[in-house]
Amino acid sequence: MSTEVAHDDHHHGPPKGIGRWLFSTNHKDIGTMYLIFALVMLFLGGASAMMLRAELLYPGVQILDPDLYNNLLTNHALIMVFGMVMPAAAGMANWMIPLMIGAPDMALPRLNNLSFWLLPFAGTMLIISMIAPYIFGDTPVNTGWTLYPPLSVQAGIGMDFTIFTVHILGISSILASINIVTTIVNMRAPGMGYFNMPLFVWAWLLTGLLLIMVMPVLAGGVTMLLFDRHFGTAFFDAAGGGDPVLFQHLFWFFGHPEVYVLLLPSIGVLGLVVPTFSRKPLFAYKPLVYSMMLLTALGMVVWAHHQYTVGMSEAVTTYFMIGTILISIPVGYMLFSFIFTMWRGSMTFETPMLFAVAIVLMFSFAGVTGVMLAVVPADLQYHDTYFVVAHFHYALIPGAVFGLYAGVFYWLPKWTGHMYDEKLGKIFFWWTTISFNLTFFPQHFSGLAGMPRRIVDYSAIFMEFNFISSISAFAFGASHLLFLYIIIKTIKGGEKAGDMPWDGAQIGTPGLEWTVSSPPPFHTFEQPPAVIKQS
Amino acid sequence: MLIGKRLKFLSAAGLATLASNAVAEYGLNLPEPVSPVTRDIFDLHMLTAYVATVIMIIITAVVVYALWKFRKSAGYEADQNFHVSWFGKWAWVMVPVVVLGIDLSIAGKATKTFSLVEDSSDPDITLKVTGSQWKWTYDYMDDDIRLVSNLNKDIPVTDNNYLRDVDNPVILPVNKRIRFLHTATDVLHAWWVPALAYKKDSIPGYINETWAIIEKEGTYRGQCAENCGTGHAYMPIVVKAVSEDKYASWVAEQKAEKAKAMAEATSDKAWTKDELMERGKKVYMTNCVACHQSEGQGLPPAFPALKAGPITTGPVAGHIDIVVNGSKKNPVMVAWANALNDLEMAAVITYERNAWGNDTGDVVQPADVKAAR
Repeated sequence: MSTEVAHDDHHHGPPKGIGRWLFSTNHKDIGTMYLIFALVMLFLGGASAMMLRAELLYPGVQILDPDLYNNLLTNHALIMVFGMVMPAAAGMANWMIPLMIGAPDMALPRLNNLSFWLLPFAGTMLIISMIAPYIFGDTPVNTGWTLYPPLSVQAGIGMDFTIFTVHILGISSILASINIVTTIVNMRAPGMGYFNMPLFVWAWLLTGLLLIMVMPVLAGGVTMLLFDRHFGTAFFDAAGGGDPVLFQHLFWFFGHPEVYVLLLPSIGVLGLVVPTFSRKPLFAYKPLVYSMMLLTALGMVVWAHHQYTVGMSEAVTTYFMIGTILISIPVGYMLFSFIFTMWRGSMTFETPMLFAVAIVLMFSFAGVTGVMLAVVPADLQYHDTYFVVAHFHYALIPGAVFGLYAGVFYWLPKWTGHMYDEKLGKIFFWWTTISFNLTFFPQHFSGLAGMPRRIVDYSAIFMEFNFISSISAFAFGASHLLFLYIIIKTIKGGEKAGDMPWDGAQIGTPGLEWTVSSPPPFHTFEQPPAVIKQS
Repeated sequence: MLIGKRLKFLSAAGLATLASNAVAEYGLNLPEPVSPVTRDIFDLHMLTAYVATVIMIIITAVVVYALWKFRKSAGYEADQNFHVSWFGKWAWVMVPVVVLGIDLSIAGKATKTFSLVEDSSDPDITLKVTGSQWKWTYDYMDDDIRLVSNLNKDIPVTDNNYLRDVDNPVILPVNKRIRFLHTATDVLHAWWVPALAYKKDSIPGYINETWAIIEKEGTYRGQCAENCGTGHAYMPIVVKAVSEDKYASWVAEQKAEKAKAMAEATSDKAWTKDELMERGKKVYMTNCVACHQSEGQGLPPAFPALKAGPITTGPVAGHIDIVVNGSKKNPVMVAWANALNDLEMAAVITYERNAWGNDTGDVVQPADVKAAR
């Protein structure tokens, strides 16, 4: 995105040619690469979702055989979680955190380069995992992204590639997190205390810490899986004295905090967007930070609510239920803060703000269905049905993905120096939001009516809602072509953006990103800026 | 593959009937519960659903009011000191207290229901449910009866019971306390019949317990809920709840049949090829069809074809060995020595060696299988 800019900027300009990107240690270039990678993955993951929905359009098997269906299902999740949301959030962190805290670059620029360039290899490995079963003639990765044994031990060579993909993605995330945490702790401009940081920086500080804590556990879990598959161990094989449920504990010890890894950066974006367009400081900045900390801490100790049905003891299950229900306190408080930031504000509704309002409503909905799912006896009915599918898409699409879209629209002027087309932005907002709701709202009902997850074919009794879901999913998918068009159009040109394109952006706890030009020069803050302390 | 045969072109007319069938039966909520546990769960579900609805209405109303009232286009000036008003100062206490109150009242009700869920003591009948790729095996522990239940593949895609019907439904009596024991032989499965049996996963090496008292006669349907691979969509569950008398006579009938089968299997009779073929087909369709498929075409690569297969058309001894003792190379092919008697194994081997154009002409007698045990 800053390519065009760079060509005009010969003073302290960037290196020329492909080397600029391959060997880049510049946080803005690496951020751009992260964002482009995420955009490519968004379309890849989206394409697999479209194929899944096309298969589910009618009962009967029309286009995908069961193993290919479940393989695409697995890849859809892995691509969206590890390939799209996390790199997009990391891209925003790379771009914005040094600008916000007044740092000249990330603390560890070469590590930054490594953590990005691991990603394309992981992506390639994931694609190989899909093709390999057909070359070697064995079973595809048909487990879903949870990779539960014994099914994952049964699967063919594709599973080994998937395991290595997870390893590489894990290394990339851990390195990126270490870098971001180090940057935030050490590189803040003089005078910028922890409680002067924009909420986005706080969100990423906690996200980074979470990732550093939980990613190694996943890596360990999948490594044990690899050993079970090839080296005769029996960690997860009951016949050899192992325990299939152990893997589920290891996976979800990572997997539940991962939900907050996806969510927190978007909460950070909301923490900037809502005050900006309400023209009024964040309602309760400090308690909001504390509730993010509480969320992080609670999120680490409630993982087993993903596996209520495995037969844990009554006491243990009750503990996980109470812990999970308590999560509604910090999350409820966050949403409350955003609503009361709008309250008595002076609101305008540019695209980022529209997304923010929609997120508050739809994420609240995911929250209340989350409490329904947290209640153990009821979950024994909901578990592994489309009700769960609907719930977590409501949590992750508004909670994570729409938050990132809000971020993209909020910062596009800063990144490119051009305003995006507001009218197209608004069309994109309404198109995605309506089609998203029409896709996933009906799935609550098909789940309650008894439709299990991860099935390639279903009974005629589930037909109507699946039909609605599929048609809306196609509209939802298609809306992203408009998204792509808006981004390209904004990079190419458009109305010039000022240094501070949003007039409310300086209110509350703004970062220093608005003190540099739009787009920023290749190198920023070579001299530490002075920060005036805010109360 | 698995699907090839059922792949049907859906004509416009077919779709129209599909849609009209679906309207009649389409559920919007959990099915009507017929057991005390599922009823308690249902009430809990409705409680949380109502709480959720009320909360959503309040949030939506507040947000919509704020959006309308505090617009810049309506000339509203932002109140820059709102967050330091008394409300702003104390909200961090008030909000968590309110949320905690709602949480605890839900959790209180939930723990009570959960104790009921977990109390599977003093059963009248114990039914062991074993999930395998991709069929259910039911052992009536008190009467020593075994049922194997497979997908009924003859239901057309336009029917409401498509993928929801089986060859051998589970027969259970009403008004008896039934304990279900869940386990699996290969990968994870979950036995789920929403009206009467909530989920506990079937896990190899574990035995999980659920229970029910079915209060109404009828047919209850469900599906495997935990992803178990290629055939996950194809392992439905059908429970037929009958009166206690009917159940007693069904049990007696099953026992008599079993005794007859045992007598036959242990007799020294030399069976003719036709007799063995007929019985073999039955055994095959119950036990082998899920993986090796109805025409012996298998689901390669994981589940090899038996039609013109190297073992089914190779030496007889090798074929008997893999059926009796299982495969050493591929653990998914289990040993059948405990699950089938000698006659059943002899019949199914004979069938596999002569069906689908394998035509080896070999006839395997129960004595041959006995020798290989």
